[in-house]
Amino acid sequence: MKYAFFPGCVSKGACPELYQSVMQVYPRLGIDLDEMTTAACTGAGVLQEKDLRLGDALNARTFALAEQQGLPIMTICSTCQGVMSQANHRLTTRADYLQEINGLLKEEGLEYRGTTSIKHFLWILLEDVGEDTLRRKLTTPLTGLRAAPFYGCYIQRPTEALGIDDHPDRGKSLERIIEILGAEVVDFPGKTRCCGLPILTINEKNSLTMVATHTRDAKSHGADIMVTPCPLCHLNLDGMQGKAASQERTSIDLPILHLPQLLGLAMGLDARSLGLKRNLISPESALAKIGIGL
Amino acid sequence: MHTTLRIRRFNPEHDRPSPYYQDYDVEIDPSDSVLDGLIKIRETIDDSLTLRCSCRGAICGSCGMRINGHATLACKTKMISVASEGEPIQVEPMHNMPVIKDLVTDMAPFWSKIRQIQPWLQPQGPPPAAEYTAPPEAMSHLAGVMSCIMCGVCVSDCTVLEVDKNFVGPAALAKAYRFVADPRDASTTHRLEHLNQPGGMWDCTRCMECIQVCPKGVGPMDRIMSLRAKGMRAKIPATCGSRHAEVFMDIIKHKGILDEPMLAVRTFGLKHVGRLLGMIPTVIQSALKGKVPLSGPLHRPIPGIQHIQRLFKRGRTKS
Repeated sequence: MKYAFFPGCVSKGACPELYQSVMQVYPRLGIDLDEMTTAACTGAGVLQEKDLRLGDALNARTFALAEQQGLPIMTICSTCQGVMSQANHRLTTRADYLQEINGLLKEEGLEYRGTTSIKHFLWILLEDVGEDTLRRKLTTPLTGLRAAPFYGCYIQRPTEALGIDDHPDRGKSLERIIEILGAEVVDFPGKTRCCGLPILTINEKNSLTMVATHTRDAKSHGADIMVTPCPLCHLNLDGMQGKAASQERTSIDLPILHLPQLLGLAMGLDARSLGLKRNLISPESALAKIGIGL
Repeated sequence: MHTTLRIRRFNPEHDRPSPYYQDYDVEIDPSDSVLDGLIKIRETIDDSLTLRCSCRGAICGSCGMRINGHATLACKTKMISVASEGEPIQVEPMHNMPVIKDLVTDMAPFWSKIRQIQPWLQPQGPPPAAEYTAPPEAMSHLAGVMSCIMCGVCVSDCTVLEVDKNFVGPAALAKAYRFVADPRDASTTHRLEHLNQPGGMWDCTRCMECIQVCPKGVGPMDRIMSLRAKGMRAKIPATCGSRHAEVFMDIIKHKGILDEPMLAVRTFGLKHVGRLLGMIPTVIQSALKGKVPLSGPLHRPIPGIQHIQRLFKRGRTKS
């Protein structure tokens, strides 16, 4: 199982603990990664606000680079996954558009033929690594830990471009992983809603209300922690949780873990090596509940 | 086929009105829609069940409601597509609007927001002898957005309206785009300036709920993104939202990847220095926790940045 690894900007920027934890877990799962160091940012849906075609050209270049290597792309960010899936959908469903974009790539000697598949690490765990292999790698089942899933919009919608219409299990994949890791799934209404990050600059009040609503809701349903496959959601739910609690004049204190951090714990890896000291809301007391030290 | 519909009931005329769920077991034909099931319940089991419907063919937009947690048209939803073994089909009124009774919502706030964007053509100059005309090729791109049947489904599941009732919302913004992009309309700048205000086009989170649930393929969020692009091209006054997009694009052009600290500094700038100062505690806390970029604070350009810059030069959409 080899992939062209697209880490995304945030895992190497504001959420380095995500990159750190992925580096710890992937070799132990029989996964081989070749990092795409020359690929540009997906545009995160922001660049697309200004110029959708340019965004598609940047992503087509990334797909062409992976295609040259003969590898599928692995992402670790719901937003990267969603933006790339949407771009790939546009490029592979309109031959004239693909030809137009390929005209822009020609000068670099690239051509995208439309064969690259793009998969989030979350889906790879279930669809490629497989449940049986995954279970064999677990040494420390997270029994007793109550974990609330939080997906991120871009890995839930639109379902057609993400392949969820063809693979309905992807829509519930985070719950399935939590169960496999031995933790208890805490279901709550906000798990597929917006974390609020995209409007943090334009409307901080609304953004923080979203953070407070989802984290408080998960906690009131009994969650010890929340787990997300999206570092952008993590930035808001973890990084802005304190401010959101202040705005709502309450305390929340719900640790938010990246998916590979939770997986690494169940694989018996040291919490520090997974970067858990870097999470702003400390998971120390939640993990102590199941006998894991930080 | 046998199934159970779990319906959220609410009657304001009860002494102490509060919503509750009621289960109804029904025999259905595989071709039945959820609306067929609801009508069967009303006609054969419980005539107090209240719902709104008319055409039964996804044209009138009357039967918007939430089925298994997502807003949709009951007439367009086959019972068999939402039924799962041993689980009832949950039917609730639309969100983000007041409930009048059972599955009937008050659409007054919805229409108020539609009126807010002035949904009528505002041409300039003396009126023509007959109607205002435009060549088909100038209007064909509006066919999708003109398919909107005003059912309110996108408004029901909008994540912003959940937290802020002042947001104009996806349906009104899609309708605004229909006029902004109409070549016969002469109020484009005025409309964009109005949509540029708080509660307008920049308050959308891009969560794509409206795209996912729209039963007519209108894609309201895509229209909102087009409005933003038109606003930036028209050089209407900058907002934190438009500066964020402009700066984001410029950073990718020069570095290939995002530089988050620079994005924040340049987005807020001196004009919003208070917002920047407000971030300092989080920045200090992050630094103390070791949350610093792996490549160091300078965010060097990625290898092969010249190829990215060439794409920016040749791939930009001409305004």
